[in-house]
Amino acid sequence: MSDSSLDIKIIQNRLSLIFKGELTLLNIADYSKQVDVISLNQQQSVYIDFRELNFLDSAGAVFIRSFMKKLSSRSIAVETLCQNRDILAMLELVSSQENSSITTNKNKITLLEKIGKVTLNNYYGFISFMHFIGELFVNKFHYLLTPKNIRYKEIAFEINESGVKAFWIVSLTSFLIGLVLAYQSAYQLKIYGANIFIVDMLGLSILRELAPVITAIVVAGRSGSAFTAQIGAMKITQELDAMRTMGFNPYRFLVVPRILALMISLPILIFVADMMALLGGMIIANIDLGISTDLFLDRFSSVIAVKHFFIGIIKGPFFAFLIASIGIYRGLMVKDDTQSLGFNTTKSVVEAIFAVIVCDAIFSIAFTSLKI
Amino acid sequence: MKNIIKVRDLKTLFGDKMIHDGLNLTVKEGEIYGLLGPSGCGKTTLLREMVMLQKSLSGSIEVLGYELNSIRYAEAQELRKKFGVLFQFGALFSSLTIRENIALPLVEFTNLSRGMIGEIVDFKINIVGLEVGDADLYPSQISGGMKKKAALARSLAMDPKLLFLDEPTSGLDPISAREFDSLILKLRDLLGLTIMMVSHDLTSMYDTLDSVAIIDNKKIIYEGTLNNAIKIDNEFIRTFFRKGESI
Repeated sequence: MSDSSLDIKIIQNRLSLIFKGELTLLNIADYSKQVDVISLNQQQSVYIDFRELNFLDSAGAVFIRSFMKKLSSRSIAVETLCQNRDILAMLELVSSQENSSITTNKNKITLLEKIGKVTLNNYYGFISFMHFIGELFVNKFHYLLTPKNIRYKEIAFEINESGVKAFWIVSLTSFLIGLVLAYQSAYQLKIYGANIFIVDMLGLSILRELAPVITAIVVAGRSGSAFTAQIGAMKITQELDAMRTMGFNPYRFLVVPRILALMISLPILIFVADMMALLGGMIIANIDLGISTDLFLDRFSSVIAVKHFFIGIIKGPFFAFLIASIGIYRGLMVKDDTQSLGFNTTKSVVEAIFAVIVCDAIFSIAFTSLKI
Repeated sequence: MKNIIKVRDLKTLFGDKMIHDGLNLTVKEGEIYGLLGPSGCGKTTLLREMVMLQKSLSGSIEVLGYELNSIRYAEAQELRKKFGVLFQFGALFSSLTIRENIALPLVEFTNLSRGMIGEIVDFKINIVGLEVGDADLYPSQISGGMKKKAALARSLAMDPKLLFLDEPTSGLDPISAREFDSLILKLRDLLGLTIMMVSHDLTSMYDTLDSVAIIDNKKIIYEGTLNNAIKIDNEFIRTFFRKGESI
């Protein structure tokens, strides 16, 4: 490869650019820096000298064309000196493409148009979710009314996947939550000498709120995303289309079993979370506040009514329905590309956790109004 | 001969874009019928409408005597058992082995014994030219050509009279593609199938098709035998067939 360089000479009001060697994609960045510094105000004419240039690629030609256009907009005369046929052909090619590509004018989107489109899309999204819920309920009723159609094998498989396999992560998470909660409140309670009230506090907050919500969040992250990814991938590989054309209703084969499985397994996981969180709390109460296990359990059975436990458990199927239906709905919304798989998986987890928390808030208000 | 598929005055809208505008075609019993046209002309969309994966805007599609626009759920379920579909990439259920894939419709829709189903599945595996030993592999463990054969076997599971093929030879090497063509011809003769396919493979078309419909500009511009198609004065036909001859 010969040495390439750009010599810039200014003689009176005449600018000469002398290109040597090659003008390619690799050196136009440097050249354009050199050219940009030249002040064009005093120039009246420009010579572009290609006589010592032996190769020009298309990027180089585009660079030259745009420089020439800049000059002509300031009405500075340009003259090119060139004998090489290939270089002239390349310049010709670039300028001919330029003319044909001018016509594509992009329409600018105004703010109002954007708001309108987003609103309409959200409206369609809502309608399609309602469509999903409607079809889901029709199939669910049909399913439960004809017990011979219930796919026990799939349900058992999904209970194993989303329930049994989540046992350890749910146990560990809730154990740590119980530990931390007790540890933080122990410090405060000690100040007032109200050590024994740790039992009331832990019992109420864990059974009623923390265990169900923490379990639901863990399950949303685990199973909600798995549902979306599984069903989304099946959509991309046309497995869902294949099912439909073979006469298998995907709602009956994929959707309802997953929802039922999660509705069965989530209350059980909440029970596990209750036990583990209380165990964590009990250990801290023992170490930090000197409340023995016997005392803890004795106090627990006298102050915590059994209804608090059931309130926590009853939330399970509701949370499970939300997590599973959002996960599956998002899976069905996946389009034929990998981008939308990632987008919908993220959305499914975020929406499921949000829905769980909203649902929990509604429960809270309802139970308080009912004085339960 | 009986009409198996009859499409009349079909209109399809895709977003704001009209895909089909007054499209007519007729497929007769025992034919291998091909849909041809430039990409984006709505061949696959038409196929998806015929197998009830998509709805048209207006017009009528009649498949095996069922009118698809006014079909009831139970009738649609009946109809789905009477045709088979081979998707472009097979669309085998990835959680099931080849054998389970083929057996699935039989297990779900019939009361046959396990042994009987096994025998039927073995027959289908043999007829498409797969090794019985490969049948216990999962779809991810087999090659593209085998996937197509396995998917073909699955689409034949319920002994349909009508088969839809979406680009059956795409993604196959030339030798496997020719093999697949002769397999399709063999199956048509053995099982008395009517076959509707979308294809881009010119050799495969000359080898297999009895009739062809060419879609361009939202309409069928030609319907009939492949040899007469060349006489039509249309830009797509000229470029498509001239390019084919030079190969």
